[in-house]
Amino acid sequence: MKRAGFTPAGGRVLDALCPMHALIDSTGHIRHAGPTLDKVRPGGQLAGQRFLEVFELRRPRIAGTMASLRDAAGTKLHLRLRARPHTALKGLLVPLPDDASLGPPGGAVINLSFGISVVDAVRDFALTSADFAATDLTVEMLYLVEAKSAAMDASRRLNLRLQGAMIAAEEQAFTDTLTGVKNRRAMDHVLRRLAAAGTPFALMQLDLDFFKAVNDRLGHAAGDHVLQRAARVMVDETRACDTVVRAGGDEFVLILDGLTDTDRLSGMADRLIAELERPVRFDGQDCRISASIGIARSIDLVSPDPEAVMHAADMALYAAKGAGRGRHRLFVEGTTPPAAPR
Amino acid sequence: MHGLINKAIERFLRETYGDACWQDIARAAGTPEAGFECMLVYDAADTFRLLDAAQAQLDKPRAQILEDIGTFLVSHPGLESLRRLLRFGGDDFVEFLHSLDDLPERARLAVPDLDLPRIELREHAANHYSVISEHGWPGFGRVIVGLLRAIADDYGALVLLDHKGGREGTEVVEVRLLEQAFAKGRAFHLGARTG
Repeated sequence: MKRAGFTPAGGRVLDALCPMHALIDSTGHIRHAGPTLDKVRPGGQLAGQRFLEVFELRRPRIAGTMASLRDAAGTKLHLRLRARPHTALKGLLVPLPDDASLGPPGGAVINLSFGISVVDAVRDFALTSADFAATDLTVEMLYLVEAKSAAMDASRRLNLRLQGAMIAAEEQAFTDTLTGVKNRRAMDHVLRRLAAAGTPFALMQLDLDFFKAVNDRLGHAAGDHVLQRAARVMVDETRACDTVVRAGGDEFVLILDGLTDTDRLSGMADRLIAELERPVRFDGQDCRISASIGIARSIDLVSPDPEAVMHAADMALYAAKGAGRGRHRLFVEGTTPPAAPR
Repeated sequence: MHGLINKAIERFLRETYGDACWQDIARAAGTPEAGFECMLVYDAADTFRLLDAAQAQLDKPRAQILEDIGTFLVSHPGLESLRRLLRFGGDDFVEFLHSLDDLPERARLAVPDLDLPRIELREHAANHYSVISEHGWPGFGRVIVGLLRAIADDYGALVLLDHKGGREGTEVVEVRLLEQAFAKGRAFHLGARTG
């Protein structure tokens, strides 16, 4: 406002509406800077300095003369403070009319804005909401930036927690990852459910015979392949309502819901053993295994809790193995059952 | 109810009365003891059960608890970002009061599914206002009382607040501004970095 001759009433209007404008004269010197732009002056007072010596015009690439600057009227100017912190600014130039009503003829008004660098600029120059015209959306934008950062932060924390929960859930999942059949945790779950429902069921404890030999001779990849195929055989030979469990290593448990007919159980065991004994090709080699099966029915036990049935099936398996590999035995209370015929 | 609301209640209870107390209240209310997620939406009934349980456990009037929550939202150091977002509403307390009309829109701008009750400011005379919250949650006016008390303090303004009760879902809080610049207040810089 010192050179009031160039900024009469019109200058005060501009100060209020565009507090970041610069009034420059025909030689390109700043005659007046709006109150907010006046805070952006690392090199001292703006008035009196050449506009292009304070602000570097990065686009459009034109000669640094006042005439070519005036030619850029109406286009978007990309500017940058030459001094630190090299703040980026947007600008729009309007040439002053020749009647000197708004300022020196041959001069121009350039209105500036921080554009996308506003968040840093507000901090760098310690600006307050009073530095922006009430109609300017800068303060709302700063609000939005902070609000969105806070919301994003909350979302990110939620995602991290969900990811942790997902990993935990995977650990607690019911599927054996190698074979795709159920795991021991699922078995406990199914047995508890059966016991609670009180429906009769049968358990088969199935151990793969000679599996260790395959693993030792042909390697883990062959062993994994055999396990996967064995699991498939068990799923194929059982009904949809049955549960095939890999209890660990080469040990499987088949939970047969509502199936207590000894002939059908025996037939199923025979088919399982026969199918599992068919050689599996892996890497040009034949892998041969067999299986021993112990069967127990809940109805054969006085107290048919899952643990007792499991133990009975274990004993039957022990008997089957004792009778030689590739056999099945049915547990009968108080007796040692003979090896079932193959 | 939006998780942010439930989380605010949870944080208030945890920070003020301790985790054990929170767990007792959550258990009694049948809401997750591990706490709420800010960015999920819960059944509105959860929130009111939680407040019922807090009231019983703390043996305090509901109005008192809700006022304390409002104060907590502005004054707790851990919620500085919320204080800042509120302070964006205006340069002084009067401007802030006038920004209350936009509060639900401001909240939605940040979190699109956060639905706050409509708030209306009425100016009766110089320095005499009513803040009316509409068809919202019963007791929201009490939260406003606590929040206004703390934010007035934040601006350094001296105010008298009075919950005038409510009817048909609206609640009226009377605000008398005794002195706009009573104390220095807490600083607010537009360009400050939080969190």
